[in-house]
Amino acid sequence: MKLLEKPVGQNLSRAGRLDLLLVADMVDAHSRVLDVGCGDGSLLRLLAEERGVDARGIELSQKGVNDCVAKGLSVIQGDADTDLADYPDDAFDFVILSQTLQATRHPRKVLEHMLRIGRHAIVSFPNFGHWRIRFQVAIGGRMPVTDNLSFAWYDTPNIHFCTIRDFVGLAEEIGARIERGVALDHFGTPLQLNMPWWVWNLLGEQGVFRLTRLKP
Amino acid sequence: MNIFPFNKAGQPREADAPHSLVAHFGAEQPLKMDAGVLLSPFTVAYQTYGTLNAQKTNAILICHALTGDQHVANTHPVTGKPGWWEIMVGPGRPVDTNRYFVIASNVIGGCMGTTGPSSINPATGRAYGLDLPVVTIKDMVRAQAMLIDHLGIDTLCCVVGGSMGGMQVLQWAASYPERVFAAMPIATAARHSSQNIAFHEVGRQAIMADPDWCKGRYLDENRQPTKGLAVARMAAHITYMSDEALQRKFGRKLQDRIAPTFSFDADFQIENYLRHQGSSFVDRFDANSYLYVTRACDYFDLAADYGGSLALAFKGSKTRFCVVSFNSDWLYPTAASRAIVHALNAGGASVSFVDIETERGHDAFLLDVPDFIATTRGFLDAAARARGLPPAGNGSA
Repeated sequence: MKLLEKPVGQNLSRAGRLDLLLVADMVDAHSRVLDVGCGDGSLLRLLAEERGVDARGIELSQKGVNDCVAKGLSVIQGDADTDLADYPDDAFDFVILSQTLQATRHPRKVLEHMLRIGRHAIVSFPNFGHWRIRFQVAIGGRMPVTDNLSFAWYDTPNIHFCTIRDFVGLAEEIGARIERGVALDHFGTPLQLNMPWWVWNLLGEQGVFRLTRLKP
Repeated sequence: MNIFPFNKAGQPREADAPHSLVAHFGAEQPLKMDAGVLLSPFTVAYQTYGTLNAQKTNAILICHALTGDQHVANTHPVTGKPGWWEIMVGPGRPVDTNRYFVIASNVIGGCMGTTGPSSINPATGRAYGLDLPVVTIKDMVRAQAMLIDHLGIDTLCCVVGGSMGGMQVLQWAASYPERVFAAMPIATAARHSSQNIAFHEVGRQAIMADPDWCKGRYLDENRQPTKGLAVARMAAHITYMSDEALQRKFGRKLQDRIAPTFSFDADFQIENYLRHQGSSFVDRFDANSYLYVTRACDYFDLAADYGGSLALAFKGSKTRFCVVSFNSDWLYPTAASRAIVHALNAGGASVSFVDIETERGHDAFLLDVPDFIATTRGFLDAAARARGLPPAGNGSA
């Protein structure tokens, strides 16, 4: 499994989220893509301009939608929890959920809809099994606050954290096959793939997975 | 008494001699109406702004709402007020007249120069009155398409409109998908709801209950159902504003008095405001036209022509859509726009959707709402880029 076969991301600022590049790399060129929680459209634009992708998005914030529309992207103001149900089956090749799974009310339903709407789902999320988080809970006795997850427990939008192992478990439960999986360390560098799961789960700050339905 | 409308200064009525461009369609070009009638001859009054480019790719059609007209961005010939969408249309505005060739026509059934119930019926020499067949949104759009043909334009860069104008945009996209590069339906619905029909019926009954309506033949009698039309406008106007906006603007404030008068005078500011809205409306609008255009909205149900499936109306559409709603609009609420978006998605169309946060209600599409202006500018700029139009401001438009 090769990562970053082609250098992508000239349009992303250096501060741009590194996982976006990984996600972009998992998308086939000239495919149909729905990015759920597409923010200001950086990923969609990257995919449209560099991969020739037919890129669509859903975004909750009005500002995000306005930014996207101004870029010429087709983006709908909506909510992953409620609006995915309205999309027909097999409407897309890829449905992407980037750094949003933990903020949905029903992560399982969202993931199921993604795999219904798209042939593949790509999900990136912060790994709650990372050693820093475990350390803060176990030793500090407090809910973790990290660079990556900067909210206090009482005002966080992140209501459904999971670890990489939890996510893999959910994927199995809903009948999804993991096609590709990457864990990124603190510096955004992909971890060595020959490492066992427990190492990923301990050292990966983020997980990025591409799934597909077991039954077509 | 004035013969309605617009002859206070003794000038011809706008219905007969509009202060705008006019396209005449003769016997060889009848309008095929949904009522099963061929209307001929007929007239379409329209305005244009900007210049059509050599490739004829920069035309934007603006569809007006219920009581709007073709005077989008010029002083209104009757009221002397600015055009109804000058906030959006003009040099450097989102619908940039330095860049686009903007077309706006009065709808069939209107009273500003396009054939409507106050136009003279050539068969009788009198105003049509109720002899004009009932008009539909599709009829309005057919007449617009004939105007676009008349102007030698094949494909519109964009069709834009709010409220009833948004219904026309949807109808355009469904009827002539290959002629609509981009479409922007604003604060609208793909069909009139029961509540929508109910409010319109109140308005129509107010007009028809006015003894001066004369069963629709008031022009012959040199009379005007101004009281009924004013009440219709008052009732409708309430639906254009949100509860919060009304409360903030008027609350329970009294009009030029310190205590209620214990009478049925306009004690409250809101009463005074509505009375003003009603009485100023009758100076610029024809009562029978009001019946026709409200009926057109009521009959609108786009999905009905496609076996009840709105998605089929847009199936395979190559048009780029931007659907806009306003969160405080209870006349055509956000849910109505979402239904359009769902259908477009299901039909595989390229669609953006923004629900603009504002307390200004349905009328927000006519007002200076910065997020709405920004959305429109962004969408049109992107559509123009995709269409290969040169960027704004290089003088090549």
